[in-house]
Amino acid sequence: MRQKKEVGMVVIFLALFFGYALLEAFQRGFGATWQNPVFLGQANLLNLTRSIGIFGVFSVAMGIVIITGGIDLSIGAVFALLGVVLAYLLGSNWPWPLAVSVIMLVAMILGLVNGLLISKMQLQPFVVTLCGLLAYRGFARFLSSDQTAGFGDTTGYELLRQLATGEVFHIPAPFLIFVVVCIIMAFVLHVSVYGRYLFAIGRNEEASLYSGINTKLIITSAYVLCGFLVGISAILLAFYTNSISPASHGTFFELYAVAACVLGGCSLRGGEGSVLGIFIGTAMIQLLRNIVNLQGIDSSLEFVVMGCVIMVAVLFDQILGAQQRTRKSRIDMKQPNPAVLAARK
Amino acid sequence: MQRPILELKGICKRFPGVIALNNVDLSIYSGEVLALIGENGAGKSTLMKILGGVHQADEGLIRIGGNEVQVRNVADAQFLGISLIHQELNNLDNLDIGGNIFLGREPLYGGPLKFVDRKKIIEQSKRYLQKVGLNISPSTPLAFISIAQQQLVEIAKALSTNAQIIVMDEPTSCLTLTETNQLLKLIGELKAAGVSVIYISHRLMEVQTCADRVVSLRDGKNSGQLAKEEISRESMVRLMIGRNIDLKRRETYNGNLNTRIEIRQFISPYFPNHKVTFDIRKGEILGLAGLVGAGRSELAMTIFGIVHSLGGEIVVDNNAIRIKSPKDAIQNGIYLVPEDRRKAGLLTALTVRENISLPNLWRYTSAGLISYKQELAAAEEQRKKLAIKTASCEILAKDLSGGNQQKVVLAKWLSLNPKLIIFDEPTRGVDVGSKAEIYRLMRELTDNGIFILMISSDMEEVLGVSDRIAVMREGALMGVLEAKEFSEEAVMKLATTPIEHTEFANH
Repeated sequence: MRQKKEVGMVVIFLALFFGYALLEAFQRGFGATWQNPVFLGQANLLNLTRSIGIFGVFSVAMGIVIITGGIDLSIGAVFALLGVVLAYLLGSNWPWPLAVSVIMLVAMILGLVNGLLISKMQLQPFVVTLCGLLAYRGFARFLSSDQTAGFGDTTGYELLRQLATGEVFHIPAPFLIFVVVCIIMAFVLHVSVYGRYLFAIGRNEEASLYSGINTKLIITSAYVLCGFLVGISAILLAFYTNSISPASHGTFFELYAVAACVLGGCSLRGGEGSVLGIFIGTAMIQLLRNIVNLQGIDSSLEFVVMGCVIMVAVLFDQILGAQQRTRKSRIDMKQPNPAVLAARK
Repeated sequence: MQRPILELKGICKRFPGVIALNNVDLSIYSGEVLALIGENGAGKSTLMKILGGVHQADEGLIRIGGNEVQVRNVADAQFLGISLIHQELNNLDNLDIGGNIFLGREPLYGGPLKFVDRKKIIEQSKRYLQKVGLNISPSTPLAFISIAQQQLVEIAKALSTNAQIIVMDEPTSCLTLTETNQLLKLIGELKAAGVSVIYISHRLMEVQTCADRVVSLRDGKNSGQLAKEEISRESMVRLMIGRNIDLKRRETYNGNLNTRIEIRQFISPYFPNHKVTFDIRKGEILGLAGLVGAGRSELAMTIFGIVHSLGGEIVVDNNAIRIKSPKDAIQNGIYLVPEDRRKAGLLTALTVRENISLPNLWRYTSAGLISYKQELAAAEEQRKKLAIKTASCEILAKDLSGGNQQKVVLAKWLSLNPKLIIFDEPTRGVDVGSKAEIYRLMRELTDNGIFILMISSDMEEVLGVSDRIAVMREGALMGVLEAKEFSEEAVMKLATTPIEHTEFANH
């Protein structure tokens, strides 16, 4: 049944994808579209896959903590903070491997802080990371004096820039990174002992403890792992945008990630979800953004469209699930009931 | 003969995948105590939920005082004078007692502003609390009173709705013997006042004491009824499971006095003033009796490492072992079958297979990845060994019956290498048939050299299954009874002895 959900998502994604390609053909005429496609054109597809890659990595990060029954609302703010720091370090001519190491270390430490507050101090993940959302964004603005920081055309870290903007065999590098992350995380989450523990804790932390799982350690590690992936995303995103305005860099991105997870079948109650689902969820959201853009819908309406589509998808899933359950329960019983008839007489 | 006050006729109810009730009839006369018995899953609770308006019947009719009525929701049921006291208490423990009694029916003032009239609540609550013999201020927060007292509050609530028919679904499963006796006395008083009581319980001794008539369900159908003079343990069991079973304790005790696990000067953080010392002998089931709140579960949780002990040691094979977490306990072969199966014992949303493999996942891995095949093989082995009734090991644990769930919890541990298994209320909410099976399994384990400590509040179980009985009170061990000293009185005497006289008592 878990698998079916993702199959359904793939079908919806493909329907939307080709449906829109067809729509374009109708709107612009088949000939013109064939000659010079916009949606299926190389530039657009590169853009689409690149954004899937960049948003995907931190959606998987979010998925990991959601599976433990948590959430990380601070991701967008961490992007701003790490972006500002990265721009500063590279601007001060640090060698890039050192700068990247610092960024990754900071990302994981922030994750560790979240994890410890949640597991050891028993605070609610929502509250802890909400505080992070406020604090890290504010800190990023303070560090940069609220000035936009950029990388300009400085040389010395072309490889890093290539990771965000480059292509390998005509496939954007971030998308490849995302696929690799997905493959590794699919093994970690779905076949390894660690993954089983994550799901178990998400389902029932107490029973997991009673089964001998070191629940606090596992929960903390989930936030560190989340931090690690967020660190990778922060670097990709910084070079993707090439300039970091601390007040707006990455705002709302944690919610894109939550949306991707929910669309992909994660339950915010924890214990449910899959890497494949998150992959499709991310692709779906980026596809929607892409379509909204191409259709020239007012960008202020972008969130309206996305909000509605996610709601419809989740509602649809709920209704389908309920139907499945009732269909199972239709077991033949003798009608009408003679005892009732007799008693009514 | 007078007309029954309540009649249920031909009630049918289907749930996803099961027929919970198939053509069930039930009637009750005013001022009658009707016991409804049956194994878990027989449909008792479902039938009562239909009566209480929680569920609606797919077919069938309900008559009250001879008139057909519709019970569409809980408010309808209340209006008709039916009150349901649930198996698990449905109190809001963030409210006070009065607030709970008048929940949803608060007296109001202030017209359209609808302010709650606290004064009136307190005043009226007092009256109903007195009726059930509870002398506590109605403004006491519910969280501050014991489960038994909460149960009484529920009954007071039922009285306050002028209920003519009160349904009690396993009211005594969390009560101690004294509290149970109080409740039974109260039922007698209700009966004298003309209230009809439908009493659901697995504890046949209680049924024998209080019921005027017994109706039994099996597999969602009526399986017979007994008039007052026909009620006996054997007749009830026969109706419930269709055959006789034997719950006899082993007569000859052959525990090995030299091989034992010792708990020495052990201090749980819940009762820092009491050191507990006792031993468990090889081949015996040591019963641990006491009133609710005597610190038995807390002791078990401390031994298992859920909380840290403040001192003392556990000696196994002459080695003192340190336990700081459940993981340590498990590595030392000490396992706990917890009191609350659904909360702590099992991951109900996972499959039987996943539950059984969880404590020892590393064993089923190759190169760090879980091998589904090995996992399944281990689960299947346990399923056969313990005769767990499930279509397959891929069924979710929540879809099993109470007894089978308990077996899955046990299977988790038996697939490892157990030395000591602590059972905390092993048969709570488990039907008679499965109970006997669990007792048999426990006995088999002791025969194979596994030590068993069994915490139980069910006097029948404590006296019937244990080889020796340790009794606790307020965190202290009050004494250990040998088989020849067993009696209800002896256990109760120890469980209620004032603590001053026996401070730090050992055996």
